[in-house]
Amino acid sequence: MPTTVPDLSDVTRSEASLRRFLHGLPGVDQVGADARAASLGTRSIKTTAKAHALDLAIRMVDLTTLEGADTAGKVRALASKAKTPDPADPTCPQVAAVCVYPDMVATAKQTLGTSGINVAAVATAFPSGRASLDIKLADTRDAVEAGADEIDMVIDRGAFLSGHYLQVFEEIIAVREACGEAHLKVIFETGELQTYDNVRRASWLAMMAGGHFIKTSTGKVQPAATLPVTMIMLEAVRDYREATGQMVGVKPAGGIRTAKDAIKYLVMVNEVAGPDWLDPDWFRFGASTLLNELLMQRTKMTTGRYSGPDYFTLD
Amino acid sequence: MARIDVRKTYKLYIGGAFPRSESGYSYVVNDAKGKFVANAALASRKDARDAVVAARKAFGSWSGRTAYNRAQILYRIAEVMEDRRPQFVAAVQQSEGLSSSRAGEVVDASIDRLVWYAGWADKLTQVVGNANPVAGPFFNLTTPEPTGVVAVLAPQDSSLLGLVSVVAPVVVTGNTVVVVSSYERPLPAVTLAEVLATSDVPGGVVNVLTGDGATIAPWLAAHMDVNAIDLVGVAGATDLATDLEVAAADNLKRVRRAPAAEPDWADEPGIDTMTAFVELKTVWHPMGS
Amino acid sequence: MSNVFEYAPAPESRSIVDLKPSYGLFVNGEFVDGHGSSFKTISPATEEVLAEVAEASDVDVDAAVKAARRAYNRVWSRMPGSERAKYLYRIARIIQERGRELAVLESLDNGKPIKESRDVDVPVVAAHFFYYAGWADKLEHAGYGTTPLGVAGQVIPWNFPLLMLAWKIAPALACGNTVVLKPAETTPLTALLFAEICQQADLPPGVVNIVTGAGPTGQAIVSHADVDKVAFTGSTAVGKAIARAVAGTQKRVTLELGGKAANIVFDDAPIDQAVEGIVNGIFFNQGHVCCAGSRLLVQESIADELLARLKRRMATLRVGDPLDKNTDVGAINSHRQLERIRELVDVGDAEGAERWSPPCELPERGFWFPPTVFTGVSQAHRIAREEIFGPVLSVLTFRTPSEAVEKANNTPFGLSAGVWTEKGSRILDVAGKLRAGVVWANTFNKFDPTSPFGGYQESGYGREGGRQGLAAYLQGGEA
Repeated sequence: MPTTVPDLSDVTRSEASLRRFLHGLPGVDQVGADARAASLGTRSIKTTAKAHALDLAIRMVDLTTLEGADTAGKVRALASKAKTPDPADPTCPQVAAVCVYPDMVATAKQTLGTSGINVAAVATAFPSGRASLDIKLADTRDAVEAGADEIDMVIDRGAFLSGHYLQVFEEIIAVREACGEAHLKVIFETGELQTYDNVRRASWLAMMAGGHFIKTSTGKVQPAATLPVTMIMLEAVRDYREATGQMVGVKPAGGIRTAKDAIKYLVMVNEVAGPDWLDPDWFRFGASTLLNELLMQRTKMTTGRYSGPDYFTLD
Repeated sequence: MARIDVRKTYKLYIGGAFPRSESGYSYVVNDAKGKFVANAALASRKDARDAVVAARKAFGSWSGRTAYNRAQILYRIAEVMEDRRPQFVAAVQQSEGLSSSRAGEVVDASIDRLVWYAGWADKLTQVVGNANPVAGPFFNLTTPEPTGVVAVLAPQDSSLLGLVSVVAPVVVTGNTVVVVSSYERPLPAVTLAEVLATSDVPGGVVNVLTGDGATIAPWLAAHMDVNAIDLVGVAGATDLATDLEVAAADNLKRVRRAPAAEPDWADEPGIDTMTAFVELKTVWHPMGS
Repeated sequence: MSNVFEYAPAPESRSIVDLKPSYGLFVNGEFVDGHGSSFKTISPATEEVLAEVAEASDVDVDAAVKAARRAYNRVWSRMPGSERAKYLYRIARIIQERGRELAVLESLDNGKPIKESRDVDVPVVAAHFFYYAGWADKLEHAGYGTTPLGVAGQVIPWNFPLLMLAWKIAPALACGNTVVLKPAETTPLTALLFAEICQQADLPPGVVNIVTGAGPTGQAIVSHADVDKVAFTGSTAVGKAIARAVAGTQKRVTLELGGKAANIVFDDAPIDQAVEGIVNGIFFNQGHVCCAGSRLLVQESIADELLARLKRRMATLRVGDPLDKNTDVGAINSHRQLERIRELVDVGDAEGAERWSPPCELPERGFWFPPTVFTGVSQAHRIAREEIFGPVLSVLTFRTPSEAVEKANNTPFGLSAGVWTEKGSRILDVAGKLRAGVVWANTFNKFDPTSPFGGYQESGYGREGGRQGLAAYLQGGEA
């Protein structure tokens, strides 16, 4: 709330003041929020706008693999795909980043070389976050030392849901310090926070703690990213900039599978946060299969006929 | 030598007080045989105006009471009437020229009718309101609310049972009322007013005007702060009823039209007597977490 | 980079609509030539003439009433409710089947965004028929008896042409009445397409009669001696004239008239949803909505912030071609209505209120008015009292709940109201005190066939929708 935000250092002075602030944020009516998100989803994007949107969406993808079965081979293949998403079309842009577990950072980094594509690493005992702070910090430093440009941390949902906001806040600050030059994305796991009020509070908490991005989900819990949850976060970054002048990015992750969905998200970014956020520096998609869907649509736009999965690489 | 009795002055009942007519006029009331009984106050348009102000003032608090409380108060009126049964029997006998036993039946029916309506106070909402299963995540409820200030032209023939039958259904739901009594038979109405004044009915909830409906009614029908009008008192007077209905259109009053002839008040009423003067309010609220 | 994501036009194809050059009246199951003159109906977005439509004369109205009476006596009032229901279900289904066509035609003739006609008007129309179809054979459980009134004369406005038709015809037919309906003179086309749907459904001739025309045609219906019931949606002035016209008759009347709804926003409101509710409340259907939230009452402590958010949101509204799927605000329905809006907006300027509209380019042809908000409005201003019936919001402030309720109720109207607060107890208290037939709490402009709609005071009487909507078309619904 721009006009009601007190000096933020005051807000985080104590558990009580932080709690007062977060619970003083305006409530979110779930039905109204859902309806607004759905209505944004009915925007019809055609022709040049659609071509532009598809390229933008590709440039915003954090191409992700976060499996126990990940191997160096898998990660190298993914990184290659990130550099050249559509080998048949040199005009096709690169993705924003490749997102892997910390132990795969070096491998990814090596393949990506000087492409300019970032390596993002999930850290802090991803996805549950159930470890001591020391372990989480060590996990973070490990990834940063391996060359990660971005760290995707998870918040302690247990602490958040039991009302220990200051603990969550301080943990984010500590992780951010451990990040050094790397950018920090703060994952809420909105599927566990459940209410939009919680999502709004978590957003402010993470922004005040210095997160560069706020991110919906790990992809390991359902529901992952949804349009309304992302909308609540976009409203938060919009309001935070109004209050502080600082921009924070937003990353929905998990569950965004079709080009149509991706475009709905972009429409929402445009209309809720504003066109300043329509940039890979400020908005990302955490996804794996989405990229091929975007590529197929892109090909449809350029060739005028529908494509098929066999014409795109499976990596 | 017989004692000289002390006669009652019959006055208007407005805002819980018993004023004389603002105009200072009165008119002769005879009994059914044409013998002089009393001078009744002849209400003027200014009395009607004052009565509407009193009714409006009382509306907020009366409509805001619990239905249970209104039920208690209506029942209380019945209790006090029962207590004064002989007085009402005499008044009805005098006004309507009935035998003592027939007048007694009319008074009993009047009291019973009040009891019947008293019981409706906290039931009408359940009978005419309901939840609505809308196709979306919304709580949706329709409930009746009182229309506001209701002008009632009381029946001309049935001076007590008719009167009770048109006033009780209006106030039980939370409306306040300005009632113009029977012109020729006003005295039971004044006696009823005296009962109301001692029955926990807040001042202004029922305002009783004695006088000529044909003179006062047009002012009430055209009054922009009256929300509804019951024309039963001009039953059969087609031209007057039409004029009043036309005047009532100025602020779209709810109109209960005049029947061709005065109904038989002994018949058990339906709930339309109450639903004529309620508004249905529908409230929506989202259901989310 | 400001136009990095400009939406390209996404027009809905109008080829789905097969417009004839001229239309007659629908009487006794057939399209017939009228005995009166004719008038042109135009697209308010382009001023293009869409079709020539017959203007029903008194003779035509009489023929329609006679047809309705015959159908009532011989067929419809005698038919078992279960059979009437099947006709209504058929109609509901055909409306769904021809939904896109109806939506496009509605947007063409009315000027409303296709997004609304497609996602709101037409689906709710189908739902309305579907809902009342189910009542036709269950009337004995509804509480108003089972005896219909006879012939219903129905006159509807131009703001929701097809939806208002559904609100009138569905309950009337379900209860066993037959109807003569007049659509508004600026929006007759979907009613005529509905007539065609009645033919496709094999509805017995005379059960539904559609007569097009203007005020005099409406008067002929209202004053016709053989009409048992008058149902009208439109202006309060005409509503009063109808109430006068039926005085002294046995005609039953329901009136759905104007409003000047307060939309009350408390300082603890869910603010982003409140902004959406305000936008939806006043800019939905260009503000051509009798229950529009045209008076924003905002608690003073959050007024500046709320207005900043509202203006930012208004700047994202897309005004333009009604057939473009991305249009949020379409064309003003008629030149006359545009003049009325302009007149009252000029009054607002003259009275010293501060006017603001987002920058938006309006098309050169057609009737357009930008989304507009007036701040610094007081209760004494005409723009706070009179129905503008356009995309113009008047903003007032209050300090306490009782002041909010007092100001909200300080109007001769009483159709709808909105209240926004996260405090449940306050919602229920304020909702109880608002003198309005529909109260939207933490939402606005929601409609459903099961939910009764109608006003207090000068907003009219009677309810449409829900079980209570049956009362208007049954003998036992007599108050």
